[in-house]
Amino acid sequence: MVQQLGRGSATVSELAKPFDMALPSFLKHIEVLQSSGLIVSRKVGRVRTCSLDPQALAAAERWFHEQRAIWESRYENLDSLLANLNGGKDEI
Amino acid sequence: MRSDLRFDFRVDKANSTMTIEKEFAARRQLVWDCYTKSELLDRWFAPKPMTTKTKSMDFREGGHWHYAMVDPGGQEYWGRLDYQTISPIDNFTALDGFCDESGTLDPELPRSNWDVTFTDASERTLVQTVISFKSAAELEKVVEMGMEEGMTSTLERLEELLETLEK
Repeated sequence: MVQQLGRGSATVSELAKPFDMALPSFLKHIEVLQSSGLIVSRKVGRVRTCSLDPQALAAAERWFHEQRAIWESRYENLDSLLANLNGGKDEI
Repeated sequence: MRSDLRFDFRVDKANSTMTIEKEFAARRQLVWDCYTKSELLDRWFAPKPMTTKTKSMDFREGGHWHYAMVDPGGQEYWGRLDYQTISPIDNFTALDGFCDESGTLDPELPRSNWDVTFTDASERTLVQTVISFKSAAELEKVVEMGMEEGMTSTLERLEELLETLEK
């Protein structure tokens, strides 16, 4: 569903189509995603349209970026530590 | 990081998962030791300029590593890694989480699941770390917390800067 929303806004019934699920339980899923801040929705007449919250996505993007930087730095440390432990020579 | 050694970081948003692959120029036993002995973990786990300190380490199934990453200002960020399964020197799985100095987990924050696999790659060792969250909502919580922390440290830096400017 998140992937479909990545391609653009969609109505609840469009989103529900690929799932074999009763509409009320599907709406519960939407509610969970909404309370997590990942998606936003608005109702016009009887049609509810959902879209991804761009701010939440940007935050997640930034977080993943940070995680990547953390692992890069951490592994830089481990490369040097292993070189030290190996005494500078290849003892494999 | 040595450029001839493979490093790959992939994100699978649909499954709230990160996969990190890294090649090391060392034999598997040594890389395994670096991941599982606290005196060695203390020498690499925290990203620069932070340092790592271990409060306790009990590397066995059901045991945990209780550690802190310490920033240059002395601020400590406590965490614990609870070991679930261990198959030396092939794989271990663990739950990572935020805690305090006494080791009490923050009940507000979800824990991520770590699955770490060590394989021989010709003369080297390949480590694959898969970090996953139970749901998008859990990941979102951690992201929010990270943003708040990021925000605080930015404000702290601004305060420090203002102090030096006032002198």
